[in-house]
Amino acid sequence: MTYFIDRRANAKHKSAVNRQRFLDRYRTHIKRSVEEAVNRRSITDMERGEKVSIPSRDISEPVFQHGQGGQRTIVAPGNKEFVEGDRLRRPGGGGGGGAGEGNASNQGEGMDEFAFSLTREEFLDFVFDGLELPHLERKQLMDLEEVRPVRAGISRDGVPARINIVRSMREAQARRIAMRAPIRRALREAQEALEAEERKDAVLRNPARINELKAEIERLEKRLEAVPFIDTYDLRYNNLTNQPQPSNKAVMFCIMDVSGSMTQAHKDIGKRFFLLLYLFLERNYEKVELVFVRHHTAAKEVDEEEFFYSRETGGTIVSSALTLVDEIITDRYPPGQWNLYVAQASDGDNWDDDSTTCRDLLLKSLMPRLQYFTYVEITPHAHQALWEEYETVAARFPSRFAMRQIVEGNDIYPVFRELFRRREEA
Amino acid sequence: MTSRKPIASGSDWNFEILDEFEREIARLADEYRLDTYPNQIEVITSEQMMDAYASVGMPVGYHHWSFGKQFLAVEQAYRRGQMGLAYELVINSDPCIAYLMEENTLMMQVLVIAHACYGHNSFFKGNYLFRAWTDASSIVDYLVFARKYVAECEERHGVVAVEQLLDACHALQNYGVDRYKRPSPISAAEEAQRQKEREAYLQAQVNTLWRTIPNLGGDEPEASMPDDDDPLGLHQYQRYPPEPQENLLYFIEKNAPLLAPWQREIVRIVRKLAQYFYPQRQTQVMNEGWATFWHYTLMNRMFDDGLVDEGLILEFLQSHTAVVNQPDFDSPHYSGINPYALGFAMFSDIKRICQAPTDEDREWFPDIAGSDWLETLHFAMRNFKDESFIQQFLSPKVIRDLKLFSVVDDDQDEMLEVSAIHDERGYQRVREALSVQYALSVREPNIQIYAADIRGDRSLTLRHVQDRRRPLAKSVYPVMRHLHQLWGFAVRLESVEEGEVVRRYQWPLPDESHREPA
Repeated sequence: MTYFIDRRANAKHKSAVNRQRFLDRYRTHIKRSVEEAVNRRSITDMERGEKVSIPSRDISEPVFQHGQGGQRTIVAPGNKEFVEGDRLRRPGGGGGGGAGEGNASNQGEGMDEFAFSLTREEFLDFVFDGLELPHLERKQLMDLEEVRPVRAGISRDGVPARINIVRSMREAQARRIAMRAPIRRALREAQEALEAEERKDAVLRNPARINELKAEIERLEKRLEAVPFIDTYDLRYNNLTNQPQPSNKAVMFCIMDVSGSMTQAHKDIGKRFFLLLYLFLERNYEKVELVFVRHHTAAKEVDEEEFFYSRETGGTIVSSALTLVDEIITDRYPPGQWNLYVAQASDGDNWDDDSTTCRDLLLKSLMPRLQYFTYVEITPHAHQALWEEYETVAARFPSRFAMRQIVEGNDIYPVFRELFRRREEA
Repeated sequence: MTSRKPIASGSDWNFEILDEFEREIARLADEYRLDTYPNQIEVITSEQMMDAYASVGMPVGYHHWSFGKQFLAVEQAYRRGQMGLAYELVINSDPCIAYLMEENTLMMQVLVIAHACYGHNSFFKGNYLFRAWTDASSIVDYLVFARKYVAECEERHGVVAVEQLLDACHALQNYGVDRYKRPSPISAAEEAQRQKEREAYLQAQVNTLWRTIPNLGGDEPEASMPDDDDPLGLHQYQRYPPEPQENLLYFIEKNAPLLAPWQREIVRIVRKLAQYFYPQRQTQVMNEGWATFWHYTLMNRMFDDGLVDEGLILEFLQSHTAVVNQPDFDSPHYSGINPYALGFAMFSDIKRICQAPTDEDREWFPDIAGSDWLETLHFAMRNFKDESFIQQFLSPKVIRDLKLFSVVDDDQDEMLEVSAIHDERGYQRVREALSVQYALSVREPNIQIYAADIRGDRSLTLRHVQDRRRPLAKSVYPVMRHLHQLWGFAVRLESVEEGEVVRRYQWPLPDESHREPA
């Protein structure tokens, strides 16, 4: 006897739990691979998974096995020229046990590495593992300007489109039962009385009583029928109320110095930093908008392409960019509706008097409205005036203003992790 | 024979066509007296197939990271095209569950039905090892029970604790089988029902074994004669266990002093599942050979009867040839003897010996030369495992066809020596050597529980019977560590060859200061 079952519609990913257990178990290994990958990858390349290798010995499941050595006889197929008694050199040179330990590689990449692929989601999970956005909570408690309709039970009034049919029918049935019960009872009594009357001997019957009962029965049956199947009284509607919603939108300002002192290598480093931040924000907010502001002596809002690849020369006035950001926020991104993040990358050069202007601008106008401001200085050299002024800002807003120095590409990820490390305090 | 119209052509399939093919195959299989469990053929997607692979084909199973590792390995190999998933996956259960992948061509589906649903299925039902060691009707229920029990333990005792326990059990699962006596059948309903009672009972047993106050009742092991060092004979009680125990997990389950009842139950679950897979490890060549022989025979019969057209049979032959391909030992594709190739060659040759015996066959196989081939084939399938099957049926012709030769690899000799080849003088020895190569007792080190020191330091001593100076691989230490976790006290292992202890291992490792030179 045979039967076919089509299981194609059944759930796949039955092994998802096991897969997750494996990833959890080898967290440290995988994280190391991921960190290397982040540093190695090109800038636009964060949108895919990653191949990860773990040394086989670290994930082996040991069992008792024969080791190399001793004496054994091996039977093999495909003899061509050997005859009995021939003596052969061991394959692969070297002493020891020839073909021993060959069974270690019957799966995966074999040999020394166990290789597998992480999906994009898993990859990013590892990239951002243990990181969190600073000060999400504060935003959630304050400026609640966004609202979202949410289910709030059942109500008696509403628009026809929201009728809850099941509940309405249930109400109707309950009402019908309740309204019909006394009528049915009276009806039953009348019918019983009628039957009792009719069972009596013909002589004893009371025709007037019978007629009376019949009329009563007829009246009751009419009343029974008159109970409506459904009444406006029964209708129930799904109720929605507006719930204030923490803003789920973020805008990220990328500010970069494009003056002559910034080389393409500096810009690449900056770009990677921006990209990590973007991916990170994207995982935390439903919608993330990007605003690119580049500056030398004057600031300009540009598109991504121009931001990263066009070259300019000239001096540097950082405050021009901060002023522009300030204006854009005022015009387009009211802080009540948007979570505002600013990431600035620069080599630290600034026009002499401008750094204090920047500080004042930040302290007075920008910082009160921002979620977080990160500044990375891409330079192997000593800090200049801008860094020092920013340090005073950081002292005023220690939890919302972060600054770090990046010397070379490999520093980006550690610095990023440092900036967004999950903080212990509540 | 009347020629009929082909059932279908092309490579597309649908359920009606498969149904029709299945009926024809069933009819022919019946003619060949293939006795099978009912078939449950499940059509699945490739992702589901990967899931199935990861759990050794089991439709349900408890959760463990090693299955996740398996899944990732399969996925990687499949993505890179190193591995086709198509061939077969069939479970020794009643009804016999076989998977068809939706991507397969019509030919593949028909081939898998013949191979798995009639070949493997009849092997599962007929072979003595499967009959003795597995219980096809209850395996799925038992798996459900196991999964539920492990999940409950995870809830109660934490995922990590359960995972560590399972790691330790898995390390020993090849030593969780009674090789010589038939185990009691497993039944999920009973398991669940009795599991509670067993907890209490098992614990009581263990407590008796480990009690520290002497029992004056008289079932005390008898002291042997005292000697000069120990005049009162205090240290000379009979060894426990009196006989060496080959089933390590069973011994642990019953005797480990510190395991909690739920831990014993999990040891038992791993042991029972290991036992279920035990016959498969010993019948690879036979099982695959049998299934391959039958898909080949059944497909050709269908072609002869006109049920499949030329296109389909050509596609089939191409695929069949790939399956039974045996690369030579010096080929870059060589990875050992292909069980499909060897098994198919042997079963086909048995048929040939029965139908058209040569003088050589009459000399080597006087009993079967010229006998009824179907009868002989069924006899061979039912009563052997790889080791004995090769010993009994590997013919000189198959040795010649595969050009088998044997090489002695001795670490005390700097050269390898060809000990026998496919000639008159060598047949017997090649056959002997190949048979030994498939003996489980040679493939896996022979390790048994030798003594548990129930009066002293509670240490456990194992014995490895070393054969031809072949030592244990380095994995012995991690395995001993796992064993130590289960036992709870020091674990020792002695390699013994010809009555002499040649090497000792122990866990925990002795202190650096007084470690013996290795």
